Amino acid sequence: MRLYGQDIRSRLLIGTALYPSPAVMEQALRASGAEIVTVSLRREAAGGKAGAAFWGIVSALGAKVLPNTAGCRTVRDAVTTAQMARELFGTPWIKLEVIGDDETLQPDVVGLVEAAEILIRDGFEVFPYCTDDLTVVSRLLDVGCQVVMPWAAPIGTGKGLVNPYALRTLRARFPEVPMIIDAGLGAPSHAAQALEMGFDAVLLNTAIAKAGNPVAMARAFRLAVEAGRTAYEAGLMPPRDLASPSTPVVGTPFWHAAAP
Amino acid sequence: MVVTVNGEQREVAAETVKALLDELEYEGDFLVVAVNHEVVQRRRWAERALTEGDRIEILTPRQGG
Repeated sequence: MRLYGQDIRSRLLIGTALYPSPAVMEQALRASGAEIVTVSLRREAAGGKAGAAFWGIVSALGAKVLPNTAGCRTVRDAVTTAQMARELFGTPWIKLEVIGDDETLQPDVVGLVEAAEILIRDGFEVFPYCTDDLTVVSRLLDVGCQVVMPWAAPIGTGKGLVNPYALRTLRARFPEVPMIIDAGLGAPSHAAQALEMGFDAVLLNTAIAKAGNPVAMARAFRLAVEAGRTAYEAGLMPPRDLASPSTPVVGTPFWHAAAP
Repeated sequence: MVVTVNGEQREVAAETVKALLDELEYEGDFLVVAVNHEVVQRRRWAERALTEGDRIEILTPRQGG
């Protein structure tokens, strides 16, 4: 898939948070095969070296970094955080989050469109974390987003694709736009489902980091994403209501034989 | 003068971003600074003057989803 002119082979993007240890994070990132990892920016304490230690591990992976604006509740904070991320990581990529509600972490889609427009004018390549609302996606495309990242369910819930109808509509309406399902996936089957529906990739964090064995789960998601994409490319059969025998009927023994 | 650093009010002698980082014993290459919501590029740290009441954010890479 192509994201802002860059060819990316892995359709699994993963986050770097919530792992039981840095070593497990590193192994899970490697096992996932992800070429893009998300990171955040946080306040560093005076004399602190936590950022340097974390960055040492992530940069050694050689993955592309997608910084986020997680936790930003205003357009201004999101724009400044994005600008700080560009300065720090040297990338025009930004996973743009503008949070509108603390309980559901639902994106503030009005602020999101506004922030996306400001950042794109400033030269950023924006990956907006959005809802599955068709009109919001349309507005994001209008202001110049070349990728959109609709949610499956609220962040960290692990519920999977709660509104497949809306997602199918999005996919059908904008078939050429790279779309990454971001947030709410809990199981590899959810990732496979997203890829089977024709979404280009998935982005997740908690489902791997909080698994009993994050490294094994990273591998499971990698396989699920490959399976889902392969199935999409193969072309799924259309579902139907009535049964249809798979074994040929012609030549069935005792077929139409009269009862004794 | 009193400035706000990462949300905390502090009395500092420093008059530039670079001097502030030195005074507060920040070190390393993994920092990014904004003053009053404006990013200060690393090469401008030494020349960017601070004034009373400035709000300074000093950030670093962290785990994120």
